[in-house]
Amino acid sequence: MQLNYTPAQQALRAEARAWLAANVPATPLASFDTAEGFQQHRAWEARLNEGRWGMVTWPTELGGRGCDLIEWLIFEEEYYRAGAPARVNQNGIFLLGPTLMEFGTAEQQARFLPRMATGQDIWAQGWSEPGAGSDMAAIRSTARRDGDHYVLNGQKIWSTRAVWADWLFGIFRSDPHSSRHHGLTFILLPLDSPGVTVRPIRQLNGLAGFAEIFFDDVKVPAENVLGGEGMGWQVAMSTAGFERGLLLRSPARFQETARRLVQLYLANREQADRDPAIGEAVMRAWLDAEAYTLSTYMTASRLVQGGKIGPESSTNKIFWSELDQRMHETALSILGERAELLPEAPDAGEVGQWLDGFLFAQAGPIYAGTNEIQRNIIAERMLGMPRA
Amino acid sequence: MDFTFSNDQLLFHESVHQFFTNEVTPELIRELWDSPSGRSDALWAQLVELGLPALSVPQGHGGLGMNELDCVLIAQECGYAGLPEPLVDTVLVGVPLLAALDDDRAQLKDTWLPRVAAGTARLAVGQPGRALVADAHVADLLLLAHGDEVHAVPRAAVTLTANASLDPSRRLFRVDWTPGAATRVAAGAQGRALWAASLNRGKLGTAAQLLGLALRMLDLAVDYSFERKQFGKPIGSFQAVKHLMANVAVQIEFAKPPLYRAAYTIAHDQAAQDVLVSHARLACGEAALLAARHAIQAHGAMGYTWEMDLQIFMKRAWALDKAWGGRGADKARIREALFGGRLAIGAGTTFAAAG
Repeated sequence: MQLNYTPAQQALRAEARAWLAANVPATPLASFDTAEGFQQHRAWEARLNEGRWGMVTWPTELGGRGCDLIEWLIFEEEYYRAGAPARVNQNGIFLLGPTLMEFGTAEQQARFLPRMATGQDIWAQGWSEPGAGSDMAAIRSTARRDGDHYVLNGQKIWSTRAVWADWLFGIFRSDPHSSRHHGLTFILLPLDSPGVTVRPIRQLNGLAGFAEIFFDDVKVPAENVLGGEGMGWQVAMSTAGFERGLLLRSPARFQETARRLVQLYLANREQADRDPAIGEAVMRAWLDAEAYTLSTYMTASRLVQGGKIGPESSTNKIFWSELDQRMHETALSILGERAELLPEAPDAGEVGQWLDGFLFAQAGPIYAGTNEIQRNIIAERMLGMPRA
Repeated sequence: MDFTFSNDQLLFHESVHQFFTNEVTPELIRELWDSPSGRSDALWAQLVELGLPALSVPQGHGGLGMNELDCVLIAQECGYAGLPEPLVDTVLVGVPLLAALDDDRAQLKDTWLPRVAAGTARLAVGQPGRALVADAHVADLLLLAHGDEVHAVPRAAVTLTANASLDPSRRLFRVDWTPGAATRVAAGAQGRALWAASLNRGKLGTAAQLLGLALRMLDLAVDYSFERKQFGKPIGSFQAVKHLMANVAVQIEFAKPPLYRAAYTIAHDQAAQDVLVSHARLACGEAALLAARHAIQAHGAMGYTWEMDLQIFMKRAWALDKAWGGRGADKARIREALFGGRLAIGAGTTFAAAG
C-alpha cells in the first residue's frame, strides 16, 4: 500500500489542470437536453479531443492517452474540480467505445471510433422497452434477417440523449423462437434511418433528456451487427460491465457536490443549525463522498494489478445514488423557503443548481439497474443467498 | 498510488483467520464466559506461539516491529472471531505506548517489551477520563492516566473491582491506585501527546474489530437464511430478507476503505489522523450496529435466545461501539475540522495529506 502519487501521476494532474484552466468555457453551457446546448456540448467534445483529453483511457493511436484507472481518476478529479461541462458523449466513449474495442471488427473500429472521439457521432442507447425494464431479458423488439440486411420492428424507451443523437446502439431479438437472454443481437444504426421515429419524453425538469423510439421495418446492413448474431446479451453485459460503470460514476463528482454543500452550509449556518440534523447530514455527505472515493481507489488499484471486478460492485451503485439524493435533500433543507424557486426566478437569489441536481438525483436509484435489482445481485451473487 | 494490501499481509491475515476458525470457537468462548477470569492461559500461549503479541514490539526488543497497517487485518480477524483475549489493545495500544516513552525510560522498556513479546507478561491500558480498565486482572503492568501523566503501575500496586459487562467476554475493572513519582513515566505535553496517540490507536483497533464483527454477523445471518424454512422455502430466498443482508453488505464495503486508510495514516504518521481515524470508527461502528439489527431480525425468535451464537457477536459489537470514546466524540472531531476550515475538501484532495 502506497497512498501517494508518482511523479508521472503528478505530472498528468498538472498537465490536465493547466489545459482545463485554459480551455473550460467561462460561462456554463446550456443543458445538453436542449437543441442549442447539445451542439455546444458536441463542440466541447471536439475541443477535448483536440487536446487528447476526450478519452484518456483509450489507446494513444485512437486519440487517447492509454491511461490506467488511477490516472483516469486523477483526470476526473481535475475535470470536476475545473467545473468542466457534462459529457454528452458518455454513451459512446465510456460504454460503446470499449465494447467496440472488445467485440468490433477492425472495419467497425475504424468506421465508428474516430467519429465517436471527435463528437461527430453522438450515441444513444436502446436497451429498455415498455415491457423490459429491470427485466431486461424480456426484450421483444425484433431484428429479422433479410439477405444482407436486418429489418427492425418494435419499440425502445428511456433512451438517453436520443432526441438529438446521431446513432443508436441496442439489442434486438433476432431469433423469433428464442426467449430471455438467448437469440438477441447487438445492432448499431443511424437514428435518421427510414422507419425510425424518435418521440421525445420530457423529464421532471421539463427537458427532453430521453426519448422513446419506434422501429417500422427499419433496414440495417448486416455489417452493423456487433459481436455476431445471437451474441447480443453477452455484448450488452460487457457494455454494462462494472469497469464502465466505474468510468461513468466518477467519485470526483460527489466530492465536488459535498464541497459545495459544506460551503452552502457554512454560508447559511445560523439558519441551518436551527435543525441540528442538517449539520450532521452535511458532515456525513463529506464522509460518504470520501468513502466512495477511497473505495474507488481500492477497486482501481486492484484492477490495475490485474484483479477482476466482482458482484460487490453492485454496492457502488446503491451507495453513490443514495448519497447523491441525501446531499441534494440536505442542500434544499438549507435553502429553506427559497429551495422551490427556479434559478431564474427574480427572488431566487443564489440558489444555484441545487434544485436541478435534486431532480436528477431522483433518477440515480432507478437507472442502470434499480437499487432493488442491485440488492438482489448483492444478496444472490455476492453473499450467495438462495434464489427465489 | 496503490491502495491494496501486500501478498504477505494477506497471507498472514488468512493464516490467522484459519487459526481462529479452528481454535477460537463459539464453544470455547462460552466456556470462557463461565470461567472466573474469562481468559485462557492456554489460548494466550497459542497466540504467543503465532507471534501475535510480539507483532508491534520493536525488533530490538524481541518483537516483529510491524506497524498499524500490518496489524489492522489481524485486529479485524479478532473481531470476526470474537476473541476475548486482549490482543488488540496489547498490540495496537499498550505496546506502542510503552515503546514511545523517552529513552530515559529505557529500563522500563527493556524490562517489559521483551516479556510481552515472549508472552511472559501482559499489559492493560487505561484511558484519560475513564475509570474502568479492560483486562486489568490478567495484566502484569498497567499503563494508567493521571491527568496528562502516564503511569506504569505493577498490578500488585492496584486494587481491582470487577464491573460486569453486557458482553460476558469483556472484563472491566475499576482500578484504585495512588499516583506517585515512582510510577510516573511521562507528563505534560509529552503525556498529552502519548494519550492522544493512544486514543487514535484504541479507536483504530476498535473500528477494526467492529468491522470483523459486522462481517461475522452477516455470515451467521446468511447461513441461517438457508437453514430456516418457511412457506416451503429457505427464508433467504425472500427478497425482504435479501435486502436486509444487502444493506449490511453495502455498509461493510464502504467501511473497509476508511479503516485501511486510517491504519495507513497512523503507520506513516501523516497529518489529519484524528479525522481519518474517527471516520473509520464511525463507519465500522455503524456497519456493526446495522449488522446486529438485521442479523437478529433474520434469525427471528431464535436470534433473541441465549442458545444462538449470534449473541456472542452482537453483544461484543454493542459493547465495543462505546469503547475508546464512542461516536459522539468522533463526530465532534470531524465537525470541528470540517466546519473550522482545517481540511482541504473537494475533488483531488483525498490523498493530500499523503503528498
